Amino acid sequence: MNTIFALANVVIKELYRRKDFYVLFVLTAVLTLLLGSVSFFQDIKVVRYVKEIALLLIWISALVIAIATTARQLPAEREHRTIFPLLAKPVTRGQVILGKFVGCWLACGLALVVFYLFFGVVSGSREHSWPVLNWLQAFWLQWSMLGIVVALVLLGSIVFTAPSSNATICFILVLGILLLGRHLNQVALQQPEPLRSVVYGLYFFIPHLEWYDVRDLIIYDHQLIGWGDCALASLYAGIYAALLLFGAWLLFRRKPLHL
Amino acid sequence: MEPIIETRNLRVEFRAQNSGSEKKVAVKDLNLRICGGEVFGFLGPNGAGKTTTMNVLLGFVNATRGSACLFGVDVREPIARQRIGYLPELTYYYKFLTAEELLRFYARIFGLPRAVADQRIEQLLKLVELDTARRRLIKTYSKGMQQRVGLAQALINNPDLLILDEPTSGLDPLGRMKVREIIQRLKNEGKTVFFSSHELGEVETVCDRVAIINQGELKVEGRVADLVKEHQANLERIFLNIIGYQPESDA
Repeated sequence: MNTIFALANVVIKELYRRKDFYVLFVLTAVLTLLLGSVSFFQDIKVVRYVKEIALLLIWISALVIAIATTARQLPAEREHRTIFPLLAKPVTRGQVILGKFVGCWLACGLALVVFYLFFGVVSGSREHSWPVLNWLQAFWLQWSMLGIVVALVLLGSIVFTAPSSNATICFILVLGILLLGRHLNQVALQQPEPLRSVVYGLYFFIPHLEWYDVRDLIIYDHQLIGWGDCALASLYAGIYAALLLFGAWLLFRRKPLHL
Repeated sequence: MEPIIETRNLRVEFRAQNSGSEKKVAVKDLNLRICGGEVFGFLGPNGAGKTTTMNVLLGFVNATRGSACLFGVDVREPIARQRIGYLPELTYYYKFLTAEELLRFYARIFGLPRAVADQRIEQLLKLVELDTARRRLIKTYSKGMQQRVGLAQALINNPDLLILDEPTSGLDPLGRMKVREIIQRLKNEGKTVFFSSHELGEVETVCDRVAIINQGELKVEGRVADLVKEHQANLERIFLNIIGYQPESDA
């Protein structure tokens, strides 16, 4: 465990010594504050739009941070050859994969905390109400979803050599699942066999990232989701992340590394 | 006496790039046996198979045939690397970390307790003369300083075996002398040092035994003094003869 956390610590330090996170945070903050300062026809409902835009920016920024940070981890280790002194220590390749996963996931979590704190301040100051539990639930579900995304990108970084191609493919895949995933079963019903079975198979095979998107519940001030459902969603994310990490380990464990 | 490094009939084949299915033999049935306390020089021209052999010893590449052991443990087991230190030819470190952070990271990987790690980092930074630059990011270091950080990380676990891949490459004369002093010091402490180098004068000075490899094959192995006596020539001459180099004046 010590090795895994040591590796994770390096990933977190790298993220916060680069400028990506700060740029995204400043961009999100500036856009939200600018839009929040505009008053449309003195309509008090405008606060909903501010919340909607802020949450959308948080989702996009978190995805960019998760995918960009994870996609460069293993390729950068190989390109800068830092993998060699690392693997010359008593470290297994499985520990490298796990360390990178934990590091990227924790880094995303820290970034999300900052984003949600900002959202809380903006939303609370406009609405004069502080539904902290709802925000916590949204934060937790989004972070769980990012666990699947990080594991997926880590697997991709072993399959694809170039971080840019991996990041692009993963970004399209994740956006595709978020936008179309929930409709695949209905699409399947309209197809003839055997396409119907294929689309159905795909519906059950893909990780349903859209389940973790509870932005509407915050925007329209809905009730909390049951904590049991939250736990099930976390378990689902954990299983998917574990399967993807297992795949990454299978590919990485015997990969020859040449100086 | 149990060998620290042992390879038996070690063979490494690669599928050569741009030549279809043709295989390139990088190391041909290499047998090496290095015992504790020895400073062993591993020599050969570029592309001879030195780095590939080191890659197998460090577990980066799997052998096609044969076996390789460190401290009697198969090199594929991570535990075989618990007592070794490795310095790569060029500096490959996280440049966004400071020297102190880098050493702490590697100390954690070896599972050193915090107090031991603190003491060890202090000693090593003094040894490589980086104690005043310990809180600067590695990316701001000169090449010599980066090489010294590399040496410090290789020694963080107080290893019994040090594997050095051309440790003085790119260093100025002072830096080279410093590395030689450190190797000598480790030898005096009874550590084993396995290193490759193109600096034959340096090898002659510090090594107990040498092996010369060419095109993947072990050509010569023995004590430096014995080889010099046997061939009636210095190490450089022996090396050039083995790789088949004929100076124009001799031709």
